[in-house]
Amino acid sequence: MEMLEAMGLGSAEELFDSIPHDLRLQRPLNTPAALSEIELLERFEQMGARNAGARRISFMGGGAYSHYIPTIVDHILSRSEFFTAYTPYQPEISQGTLQTIFEFQTLVCQLTGMEVANASMYDGSTALAEAVLMAERVTKRSKVIASSAAHPQYLEVVRTYVQHAGIHLELANFDEHTGQSWQALAAAIDDSTAALVVQSPNFFGCIEDLAALADAAHAKGALLVVAVTEAMSLGLLKSPGACGADIVVAEGQSFGVPLSFGGPYVGLFATREKYARQIPGRLVGEAYDKNGRRGFVLTLATREQHIRREKATSNICTNEGLIALAATVYLETMGRRGVQEAAQQCAQKAAYAARAITALQGFTLPFTGPFFNEFVVRGPAKAVDLLARLGKEKTIDAGLALSRFISDRPNDFLVCVTETNSRAQIEALVAALSTI
Amino acid sequence: MTTAITKVTTHISPNEQLIFERSQTGRIGYRLPALDVDQADLNIPAEFRRDDDLEGMPEVSEVDVIRHFVRMSTWNYSIDIGMYPLGSCTMKYNSRLNERVARIAGFANLHPLSDEQDAQGALQVIYELQQHLAEITGLPGISLQPAAGAHGEMTGIMIIRAFLDARDGADASHRRTMLIPDSAHGTNPASAHLSGFSVKTIRSTAEGLTDLDHLRELCAHGEVAGLMLTNPNTLGLFERNIKQICEIVHEAGGLVYMDGANMNALVGVARPGDMGVDVIHLNLHKTFSTPHGGGGPGCGPCCCTKELEPFLPVPRIIKSSDSSFALDYDQPRSIGRVKAFFGNYGMMLRALAYTLTHGNDGLREATEAAVLNARYVAAGLVEDYDKPFAGSPMHEVVFTDKRQSRKGVHTLDIAKRLIDYGFHPMTIYFPLIVQGAMLIEPTESVGRQELDQFIAAMKSIASEAVENPELVLNAPHDTRIGRLDEAAAARKPVLRWKPSV
Repeated sequence: MEMLEAMGLGSAEELFDSIPHDLRLQRPLNTPAALSEIELLERFEQMGARNAGARRISFMGGGAYSHYIPTIVDHILSRSEFFTAYTPYQPEISQGTLQTIFEFQTLVCQLTGMEVANASMYDGSTALAEAVLMAERVTKRSKVIASSAAHPQYLEVVRTYVQHAGIHLELANFDEHTGQSWQALAAAIDDSTAALVVQSPNFFGCIEDLAALADAAHAKGALLVVAVTEAMSLGLLKSPGACGADIVVAEGQSFGVPLSFGGPYVGLFATREKYARQIPGRLVGEAYDKNGRRGFVLTLATREQHIRREKATSNICTNEGLIALAATVYLETMGRRGVQEAAQQCAQKAAYAARAITALQGFTLPFTGPFFNEFVVRGPAKAVDLLARLGKEKTIDAGLALSRFISDRPNDFLVCVTETNSRAQIEALVAALSTI
Repeated sequence: MTTAITKVTTHISPNEQLIFERSQTGRIGYRLPALDVDQADLNIPAEFRRDDDLEGMPEVSEVDVIRHFVRMSTWNYSIDIGMYPLGSCTMKYNSRLNERVARIAGFANLHPLSDEQDAQGALQVIYELQQHLAEITGLPGISLQPAAGAHGEMTGIMIIRAFLDARDGADASHRRTMLIPDSAHGTNPASAHLSGFSVKTIRSTAEGLTDLDHLRELCAHGEVAGLMLTNPNTLGLFERNIKQICEIVHEAGGLVYMDGANMNALVGVARPGDMGVDVIHLNLHKTFSTPHGGGGPGCGPCCCTKELEPFLPVPRIIKSSDSSFALDYDQPRSIGRVKAFFGNYGMMLRALAYTLTHGNDGLREATEAAVLNARYVAAGLVEDYDKPFAGSPMHEVVFTDKRQSRKGVHTLDIAKRLIDYGFHPMTIYFPLIVQGAMLIEPTESVGRQELDQFIAAMKSIASEAVENPELVLNAPHDTRIGRLDEAAAARKPVLRWKPSV
């Protein structure tokens, strides 16, 4: 009131005099009255308790993974200085965020085997869509051939993004026997192809031959775009960069980010140095002040929407700052050896689980391609029913029914094993399957 | 020289190298359980395996990591340190309670592909937040899938495109022009371009509002698909002719998209749906207080009229007749999916906690306080800085450096000098139509005392600009690092660390 009076206003309503009277809401909002802290927590705890999926032993993957998160990750994220800061537009008082992003970019380059990486994208799916748009910009060609074994939701997002961009998206079908798609992709390329888009390990968990694809793409002047949904695989598998990829995108959720019903996650985006000025999104670079002290700044901003407007490389104006920080803290805590060990454990435990499951009567692996930590199992009954029963009766989420995504595979389901699944859990899964 | 300044905070500045420069071979900071299954030869061929041993990745201990990040964190300004008056960014307090809610195990451990029966609570959160946002905007069709404001914009514009294509068939190909005011955010034209539209710019009047005559003129040609309008606009002024603006666009066969970046001026007071707006995006990380996190994650819900609802991204979250929640993919006219899974779900939890803790009256009170604070700053600085538009500002106010620039002191210098006073600078050089713009948005999260400190700091800088311009030109004086040479950084970009050879 005091402040209103200081400005010669009689009531709060007068603050809104510039809004025509007939446009003002003449009633209270029809939303609930305020809750206290105790009531609010109780409400959310109750709603949280209605998510049975959060309490089960889980072997679900398919683009979101349960990995161990060191305690210090959330501790660092919870520091006010990081989570209540804005985009680092004033470098003198944002060096914490800027140096962290510079380290993030470096770590992404090291893992993907690429030369430059940006400050992150919304998630893996939108990063892939942006990679497809970038491939069109770089090559000035309009045909993009994508693997049908890429994550179905990633393909949907790409389709949405390219629908008005003059890009013609074709799918190359995966091999029914191997579960891989690289042969079909390599065969489909022609002189008008801007890029081949492949996910490895693919949606079925199978590892694709990236080096062969890079050769095929480059022979026709096209780019190879590689998507990785299980970033932990980069701790064991040859990096897409070392295989010759031109753009690598990944979902970084595996690195210290909780499942949280699908987000927020963090998209990794890396490419070759020669394409640095075509990258979408923010970039952090080294800079010096007049006393020669090293610092970091947002750089190459002339690519971005706030300067280039409709000619920008993307409309993106945020990155996933805090989640990129989570990935950075994770990768630095686990470090060189931890990422390798976690990846090894994932692969070993998945191989163990696959051996044990296929030893059961009626269970086989329909695909022969090598896998990292996810593999498709063909069961003796409809996967949807089988999984629902295991969930209800044994409190185990045994995987994802492929029929949710592909209609002609009723008995197939995708199983994912990580370092968080103990031998006892894997044995419980096998025992549960044996009762079906 | 800077000792006399009343500072909100001092800048602590320990030194800290890059983690790669701290790394020591053999050091580790983690422990996993020993592998508890029988080890076997993996069926992964050697040529598919890494052969670089992840060389160059850091090897450090846990305490190394903690010190590394805690030291770097001290170099950041943050909302929790003080006022963060970035115009158009709505830097309001981020409640710790909302953080706690987002970490409840029943949500944090939930896989996004869980069967809908096993995720009823999670879907309920989405549904309830949608209902609140529908009430606040007056627009009933909602998707929470977009991950940020620009993403919500892209979604909204694609919806307009899909609607026009469905309505006009082949004739829609002549309707490919999006009108955007010259004061708009850069994301607007970029999002329009992504949806296959070309952009025509509408002039602002001397008053700082959309020029209706120019709008009519541009609408006369018949190829207008729509208008993208921020309201209150980026000058902090409510577009009082909004109803007429919508009518003009609608009569020309186009639709109106509203950029909801400035909704913090309207919640509980006025609703875009009542103004004639067809589709809007919100920024949960602005108006609904989810943390900015140093540049994300955001969440940019798209809200639209009943008529546009069939075009929203899939899946939709619906309430069945038995009160259970379900995913609806059966929307043949949908623009498709804009993101994997459901969007930035953790932000939805925080935003719902925000609306529930504020209550309906608290939401309106926050709006009143936000507008009151901006008015107070406007009144406090009008003697010292050029205020280019006479109109009463809503939640943010724009000033310029016109008076100070006579002495060679520009907006950038004023912003940098403000750092010495312990504040984060305001938004500078935006909107582009105002030369030397300083856009100030205090939000509701500051009290009178701190507003007075801010006003005093700005007044003090105004006198320094006259009496001792060098002091302002060389600011900041008090930070760990001085102004960085951004031009050199862009000429020869170094975008990652590399081992020295």
